[in-house]
Amino acid sequence: MSLSSLIIPVLLAAVAVCGMGRRVDVYGALSKGAEEGLRVLFRILPALVGLLTAVSMFRASGAAELMTSLCAPILEFFGIPPQTAPLMLIRPVSGGGALAVGTDLMTTYGPDSHIGRTAAVMLGSSETTFYTIAVYFGSAGIRKTRHAVPAALVADIAGFAASAWTVNLLFP
Amino acid sequence: MAMAWVWTVMVAASLVCGLLTGNMDAVSAAALEGAQSAVELTLSMAGIMCLWSGVMEVMSQCGLSNLLARCFRPVLRRLLPQASKDPETLAALTANVSANLLGLGNAATPLGIRAARRMAAGCGGVASNELCLLVVLNTASIQLLPTTIASVRAAAGSSTPFDILPAVWISSVFSVAAGLGTAVLLSRLGGKR
Repeated sequence: MSLSSLIIPVLLAAVAVCGMGRRVDVYGALSKGAEEGLRVLFRILPALVGLLTAVSMFRASGAAELMTSLCAPILEFFGIPPQTAPLMLIRPVSGGGALAVGTDLMTTYGPDSHIGRTAAVMLGSSETTFYTIAVYFGSAGIRKTRHAVPAALVADIAGFAASAWTVNLLFP
Repeated sequence: MAMAWVWTVMVAASLVCGLLTGNMDAVSAAALEGAQSAVELTLSMAGIMCLWSGVMEVMSQCGLSNLLARCFRPVLRRLLPQASKDPETLAALTANVSANLLGLGNAATPLGIRAARRMAAGCGGVASNELCLLVVLNTASIQLLPTTIASVRAAAGSSTPFDILPAVWISSVFSVAAGLGTAVLLSRLGGKR
């Protein structure tokens, strides 16, 4: 038995016991959360159908390879796997698109491969920047966004670079 | 509309590239496989996604959101001193941050918008420095348990789908710090507001 196989069962039991101690309806909350998870999946499925179609075509046609080799010199200089170039380009624009590209990378190269892990960390540590900016400023009635867009994009780029570096460091 | 452009450009680029490289058979097959694999992926993600969303809900009902809110209130007070003077804005801000940390996007956005509207009141459609900071904070998410990504990894056959957690946390912190730092720097360069 390895230590890491303890984490998930211990976490599940601890959350349940802690919930009971605080008089939470643990099972009801679990079902409610599961239902919410299912709703998220239903919402992303239609987008994924369209986007995974486009992403698979993009890869099969050789266009993804072309983009990868074009971006390779700069990205390799910074220690970022060039195969993640399409992911970084689509991430700020479309959450569903990024999930489709990331999934494609994880299935093509393997989820536990260097490229697959980097893609997963990039996805996990960033947001759909332009969508978020539009929602917040739109609903607050802001027309002049000043330095919000450049600062948010710097955050994205820093996050991508940090994803590649931490994966290099933690999974040599 | 942005998505319409992204989709059209990708499909058109695939067509042109496929014709040039002579991979047309593969492109045609990939179009059909892509749609199929979207459904397969969603189904194989469903179990782990539902389970961990459920666990997060239990944690949240146990008072984890309140605990997180209490931890982040002092940080937000320092980061957004003007907005924090209004107790209701501060409450929305802390709830927004803790919902983001728990990965409850549906709850986080309305809370963040409530705070943003209060902060934007009476500034004539121009974003204040603090409002820019709030938006940057929300575009560079920090999520304690990225359930969707872990579910995709599990569906793709990863043996340890959650082993990316430390890397995700470190990268998120780095990204948020870089975004906030840039925002502060640019606001100083651009003059006071």
